[in-house]
Order: sequence, then C-alpha cells, then structure tokens
Amino acid sequence: MAAILALVETDAAGLKRSSCEVLTAARTLAAQQSVGVTAVLIAGPPDPLQQVGVYGVEEGIVIEHELLQDYSMPAMAVALAQLVEAEGACTVLIAANARGKELAPRLATKLRAGYAPDCMEFRLQDGQLLALRPVYAGKVMATVRLRTPIQVYSLRPNVFTARPAEYPVVTTIRRFQPQLRPEDCSAVVRDVLRTSGKLDVLEADIIVSGGRGMRGPEHFWMIEELAQMLGGAVGASRAVVDAGWRPHSEQVGQTGKTVSPSLYIACGISGAIQHLAGMSSSKVIVAINKDPEAPIFKVADYGIVGDLFDVLPRLAVKLAHFLGKPVPERFLNLLQQRN
Amino acid sequence: MRVMACLSYVPDTAARPRIAPDGRQIDRTGIKFIMNPYDEYALEEALRVRERFGGEVLAVCVGPEAATEILRTALALGVDRALLVRDDWTLDSFGVATALAHVARQYQPELILMGRQSIDFDSFQMASAVGELLGYPSVSVVSRLTIAEDGSVEVDRDIEGGKEVVQTRLPCVISVQKGINEPRYPKLPDIIKAKAKPIESIEPPLVEPLSDIVSMELPQRHRAGKILGSSDAELDELIRLLHEEAKVI
Ligand SMILES: Cc1cc2nc3c(=O)[nH]c(=O)nc-3n(C[C@H](O)[C@H](O)[C@H](O)COP(=O)(O)OP(=O)(O)OC[C@H]3O[C@@H](n4cnc5c(N)ncnc54)[C@H](O)[C@@H]3O)c2cc1C
Ligand SMILES: Nc1ncnc2c1ncn2[C@@H]1O[C@H](COP(=O)(O)O)[C@@H](O)[C@H]1O
Repeated sequence: MAAILALVETDAAGLKRSSCEVLTAARTLAAQQSVGVTAVLIAGPPDPLQQVGVYGVEEGIVIEHELLQDYSMPAMAVALAQLVEAEGACTVLIAANARGKELAPRLATKLRAGYAPDCMEFRLQDGQLLALRPVYAGKVMATVRLRTPIQVYSLRPNVFTARPAEYPVVTTIRRFQPQLRPEDCSAVVRDVLRTSGKLDVLEADIIVSGGRGMRGPEHFWMIEELAQMLGGAVGASRAVVDAGWRPHSEQVGQTGKTVSPSLYIACGISGAIQHLAGMSSSKVIVAINKDPEAPIFKVADYGIVGDLFDVLPRLAVKLAHFLGKPVPERFLNLLQQRN
Repeated sequence: MRVMACLSYVPDTAARPRIAPDGRQIDRTGIKFIMNPYDEYALEEALRVRERFGGEVLAVCVGPEAATEILRTALALGVDRALLVRDDWTLDSFGVATALAHVARQYQPELILMGRQSIDFDSFQMASAVGELLGYPSVSVVSRLTIAEDGSVEVDRDIEGGKEVVQTRLPCVISVQKGINEPRYPKLPDIIKAKAKPIESIEPPLVEPLSDIVSMELPQRHRAGKILGSSDAELDELIRLLHEEAKVI
C-alpha cells in the first residue's frame, strides 16, 4: 500500500542518477506525509531494484509485458495508469528527462490527474503539497498546487540531491502484468542513435561551454580538453551553434538545453538573457571573459577577467596538476610556443 | 492531408517579466509577445507536409484577441485557415489541451504539429496531453519527420546523448524541435494579402482546471560573485575556491 510511486530507470551502471534523485525526493515526501513509497521499474534488465533499498524504499514493482520489450511511451502510460489504479497510489514522481517529460503528461491526462512539470522543490503547507517550478525560462518561479486526488510531478534532474537513507532496507520486489493490446503500442522506439559516445550536457555534472569569444571552431579543442579533464561535457552558446562551429545538441539556453550541473564554466560567453535562461540554475558558475562588464559576471560565483587564450592553457595545466592528471599535450605545446 | 498547427503566443525571449500585483502571474504590460519560437518550425513543417501531400493547414492559437497577430503571420506564410480560441490567460494547461483537442475533433486533422515547448510555461506537455485526449499517438521533441504514402510515420526524437527513432502512424500528434527545417519568411505582398483574410474565433469548452498557480516570484540571485583577475596566483585561488569553498572539484 504505497501512496507514492517513484519511477526509476536503469542503464548499464545500474540505477540512473536521476532515478536516485527521484527516490530521495519520494522518501522525503513520504516521511512528511506518513505514507509509503514504491519504486517502479519501467525499463530494462538487469535487476537493479535491490539498489532501491539503499534509498530506504522497501517496495519495488517491475512492470512486465511482452509488448513492452521495445519502449513505447503510449503503452507505458497505459501500463502505469493501470498500476496507479491497482495500487491506489496518489502521487507519481518521474524524472523530467527526455522520456519522463513525454510520458508524465500522457499518464496525467489519462488519469485526469493534475501535472506539475520540471519541479525544483516541494513544500508542504497546511497539509497540501506545493511544487516550485521555473517558468519563463527560469526568469520566474511559480508555486503550483494540483487540485486532483491523483497527482503527477516530474522532477528536474540534478536539482534534488540523491542521498542514501541512513538505514538501507531490503526491498521486496513484485511483478505487475498490465493489460496491453497491440494498438496501445502506437508509437514504438525502433532504434537509439548515440552521438559518438560524447557525454551530453543534460547528463553532465560539469559543463565547459564556449561562446563567440573562442573565435572559431578550430579553438574548441581547448574546451573539449578541459571538459574531458573534468569528466564533463561541452556546451555552446547559440551564436557558435548558428555559426556552425558546434552542433545544436550542445546549445545551452532558452532555445537549447536547460542544464543545472554542479559546475558550469562559461568561456567567452557574454551572458545574453537567453543563454542565462538555460544555465542560471547551475549550482556553481565560473565565467571567463575579457570584458569585466559582461552580463555573465552577474550570475557567476567566480569570475576570471582575462583573455581566454591566455587563461585557458594556464588554467588547464594548473587543473591537471590539481587533479593529478596528465597535462594535455596540445596545451603544453601552446605554452611552449609562447615561451 | 489535413494538418493542424498549434501556435502559442508568448513573451519575447528578451523580455524580463515582473510579477503582477496579484502575485500569481506576470505583469504583461509593456511586454512584446511573439509566436512561440518552436511553433515556427511546427508551422513550417505543416506547410511542407501540405506541399508534399496536398490538403490544407489550420493554424490554431488558444489566446487573447491580440494573438490574432501571430495567426495573421501564419496566414501570410500560407495556412488555409486560422482559428483563435479566445482565452485571456485563464486556462491551465489541461484547459488549453482540452481546447486544442476540441478543435481537432471538429477539424479531424491527420497530423497535429506543435512546438517542443511553449517558452512561457516551458511545460513540454501539450503533445502528450492532446494526443491522449484524442486517443492519438504522440511523439515529442522531433527533429526529423518522414511520412510514407501508407500513413506510417518515422521520426527522430532528441534524447540525452542522441536520438530515438520512433515508428508511429497517422493520425498523430508531433511536437518539433529546432533543426527539423528552416522556417520561411513571409513575403511583403503575402503580409498585405493576409490582412484581408478572415480569422475565425470560438470560445473554449468549459473545463475545471486541474492545477492552480498559488504564487509567482522572481528567483533570488544570491551568487557570491567573486571576480578575480587572470594572474597565476588568481588562477590558483580559483582552483582552491572551487575545491574548498564550492566543493565542486
Ligand atoms: C529567440 C532567441 C533565442 C535565443 N536562444 C538562445 C539560446 O538558447 N542560447 C544562447 O546561448 N543564446 C540564445 N540566443 C542568442 C543570444 O541572444 C546571444 O546572441 C548569444 O547567446 C550570444 O552568444 P555568445 O555569448 O557566444 O556571443 P557574444 O554575445 O558575441 O559574446 C562573446 C563574448 O566573448 C567575450 N570574448 C571575446 N573574445 C574573448 C577573449 N579572447 N577572451 C575572453 N573573452 C572574450 C566577449 O567579451 C563577449 O562577452 C537567442 C536569441 C533569440 C533572439
Ligand atoms: N495556448 C496555446 N495555443 C496553441 N498552441 C499551444 C498553446 N500552448 C501550447 N501550445 C502548443 O503546444 C506546444 C508545447 O507547449 P507546452 O507543452 O505548453 O510547453 C507549443 O509549442 C504549441 O505548439
């Protein structure tokens, strides 16, 4: 008997980080409301629901159906709606990643449940749950209350910290077989094309972004090397994407991707409002810009005023030393040429 | 083929909203409103589908009277009909979805095109919601759309770190992403001609909202904002701060 269903997903490494965040948020809400949490696994092998116990969630359900072998969002919504009803659940939490953002509103509409997308915080006020979510590209925060007995929330990734429970528990796992018809699988994923093994800005904990200040695509290796050294992803401003220096998948901003990594390093980016809209919820922002008046400094926690062609090679060497990693050769060559 | 293109009327991306006195919405005075940038791609795709398969395009906006402005643009770009569902910012997302589904039930489109997100509430939900209300499949954030003569549809949909290839069928709802096409610009003679074209309007169906906005606030910016120079000592200090103070490396 769980009032809160927390949807989890896995990849080769086990539970996705966004799922651990959802579980932590579910546990917190459940404690406040004195209800239970059930983790629901919506995709793929192996059997990672045991990991759920780390987050203090005692019950797990695996949805199983032969028609769900290839992911189908509409079919998944049917299956989940049946599960919500079978369990008598009141609250469904889903990570607001690409699949979650598509699935959650379909599920909510099917259940005629209220839906609050992309939530960043929950508050309990007079027994009512309030969700805080960014609107107008994060220029405004809205507090939303859902009016319906069943409620669906999607949680912006990287905002809720994943915290293992003080006492891990052993999770009991059940299976759930939904009633699905072939016509429920009305849109089916046939293939997944990965972009050349590169880490996506949406999944990265650290992002190094370059703007027009990089002067040309031939200098972006500096951004790439720095990102790699930090285990992060490469981001870009729209100006450099429009100029064809970088692919659109790297664009951060109002018409690109909205990111909230732990660390965002903006190199040669002026900080136009549309760019800020996509990254200002990052936990820590570093800006490197030669113009001390650049608007990016207004949102930066740490700013370096300087020419990035001078700053980046020296910073790379220092970072490599600090992290105990080899200094990328191209930076060394560059510094040697200069001396 | 009948195609319905959904256009939302939103504040310009450069707008800096302030909160209205009631504390529950933005103050819209003095803000420039535009066609939602993603909907330009939806509209372009609708026109291309018509160019390929014949048929007609209906542009729909759920919005205030002033939103006829973007419907005029759609007419200038070549849509066959334009419809305003009148709403002075009172409907919640479910209300808008219900209104769009209501229009679709009457118009019977085989394809409904939308933008991936409306840049006011950034909900990414309309395609899924309208698809569900109509019992149509829906696919969101699509950057390639291929429709075969037999009505089967294959799309690429952007996900973290790549794309999903999704197979579906008409009738369906698709929300599109930048990159799917290059939108055309309206030509001056067409803009003038569009001024004389009719814009239909209806009232939205009555539905109870499923959500309320309790309040809106401007986010607090409490960045420490330490600005350093670029000497070696300052770069060392940056690394120290990132490690000891911010604890991110
Ligand atoms: C509808 C719409 C949507 C938009 N969506 C987005 C979006 O999603 N994302 C986005 O990023 N933008 C978006 N924009 C564009 C945005 O308005 C800016 O034009 C863009 O962000 C600027 O990119 P930039 O900072 O790289 O370039 P610029 O504004 O040209 O800034 C370059 C910066 O580099 C600095 N610089 C130059 N040389 C050096 C050097 N040697 N060392 C150090 N610093 C140097 C300069 O001081 C300057 O601050 C959008 C605009 C519109 C109208
Ligand atoms: N009020 C509206 N009128 C017409 N279309 C809308 C409206 N709101 C949203 N849409 C469509 O739905 C898409 C996604 O919006 P949303 O899910 O609200 O972020 C938009 O790009 C539009 O195509």
